[in-house]
Amino acid sequence: MKYLYYPGCSLRSTGRAYDESLLAVSKKLEIQLEEINDWNCCGATSYVSIDEIDAFSLAARNLALAELQSSDEEVNLIAPCSACYLALLKTERFLEEVPDVSAKINSSLYKAGLHYNGRVNVRHPIDVLVNDYGLENISKRIETPLKGLKIACYYGCQSLRPYATFDDQYHPMTMEKIVEAIGAEPIDWSLKTRCCGGSLTGTIQEAGLRLNRFLLKEAQKSGAEIIITCCPLCQHNLECYQERISRFYDEEINIPVLYFTQLMGIALGLSEKEVSMHRLFKKPSLKRFSQKGAAAHAW
Amino acid sequence: MQLPIPTNVHSDESHKVEDIKKVVRRIKFESELDHNFGEHIAEKAYGQKLLGCIQCGTCSATCPLSHYMDYTPRKVIAMTREGFKEEVLNSLTIWLCASCYSCTVECPRQIHITEIMYALKREAIQHGYYPKRLTIPVLAREFYKRVLKDGRNTESWVLVSLYLHTNPFAMIKEAILGIKLFLRGRLTIGKERIKRRDQLHAILGNTKGGSQI
Ligand code: SF4
Ligand code: SF4
Repeated sequence: MKYLYYPGCSLRSTGRAYDESLLAVSKKLEIQLEEINDWNCCGATSYVSIDEIDAFSLAARNLALAELQSSDEEVNLIAPCSACYLALLKTERFLEEVPDVSAKINSSLYKAGLHYNGRVNVRHPIDVLVNDYGLENISKRIETPLKGLKIACYYGCQSLRPYATFDDQYHPMTMEKIVEAIGAEPIDWSLKTRCCGGSLTGTIQEAGLRLNRFLLKEAQKSGAEIIITCCPLCQHNLECYQERISRFYDEEINIPVLYFTQLMGIALGLSEKEVSMHRLFKKPSLKRFSQKGAAAHAW
Repeated sequence: MQLPIPTNVHSDESHKVEDIKKVVRRIKFESELDHNFGEHIAEKAYGQKLLGCIQCGTCSATCPLSHYMDYTPRKVIAMTREGFKEEVLNSLTIWLCASCYSCTVECPRQIHITEIMYALKREAIQHGYYPKRLTIPVLAREFYKRVLKDGRNTESWVLVSLYLHTNPFAMIKEAILGIKLFLRGRLTIGKERIKRRDQLHAILGNTKGGSQI
């Protein structure tokens, strides 16, 4: 299986553990990911707040580059970050649905010597793992089943809203199915698609912290030992502001927040180093599962 | 750190005893509204259904940030439709919107509320309405400029210029978090750049939005 890969800016900085663990898991499962040459920022939510044509043109350059790099009739492009995923997917749809604006975007691309034909299919890694690779095949590859480990799956906003391409947007279950496939136990909780506030933790902090507090407390209350997520901004918010939230609200909040790919990697027999556990603020204690992980690293 | 409860945004304030003496008009007369504003926004991409809002309030109820907003999403939709252009473009609401799309997927009239919020943000920037030191639009602006130059967003640099432009003191508090991230290899200090910046410059800045910031 071969896919094009768009890491995005976050996966090369705060979200490096996502990039590294996704690549490690893909390699282990023999899914080939080929990075788009010279990709640029997707524009996230900032560009579209300032200029629509710029925002879509920026994202469209990546789609045009993806087409250049693949001769497949349908180019499958994996974008793991929720903001990138939505920005690219929205551009893909927008170019089909809003003809007068897409003419302007195409003329912007043309100025740069580029062209987009509409062959790209933007995909989320969860979608690819569950629907292309298959849960059964994942199960077959499990070396260290994470038996009894209670996991809260957190999807955040933009992976399923407004477009629910690979799961139900109100009650998604795909990440839970992955958790089951690796032998762990998904907990049932009600806030898995509730907003983490995005960049509000950096701008209007009180509002941002409050949203994250609800998520963390609810996950803890529901019995989760670990939260897993599929978005670098969600992970950053939920993990890096925990201490501050604890202090601010004077409450005990203490729960590791991992990328779902990190947890998968451990179950697939990769070491903690290979799935970049060392980049986390709070490491989960998985020693009871993995001999390899326990021995290899003195944290 | 706790944000103060605002004292002047709610019309309920007028019930205060001392206020009753001086009666001030709180709402514009119809003749003072910009009657084209609603249609203007409805013409934007995905804005078409705006005019069909039934004012049910589902959007406000589902919005995780509505209790920080000066006008709830429902009100923004109503005011946009009726032509309260200045109020809407001056509101904090449009900047507090975190683009979570909760309202959009819940709206019984399938109104793309999030896209309308984006359209209002752009409109506010183009007409010079946005609050110059409010952190949220400044973040968007610094992000925009960084990507315009390098093609990629180096988060550390965007954040540094955000705090320099808004609250330099906040940077000291954030520095500890920055160091923790740095020690874990999660903060890039060198600027990320793409090779074909010429393509980028050809693609971007062909329309008016960017030139306003
Ligand atoms: S949910 Fe939709 S119809 Fe209801 S008030 Fe909001 S925008 Fe109007
Ligand atoms: S998209 Fe914006 S307005 Fe809508 S619910 Fe989310 S934060 Fe509120």
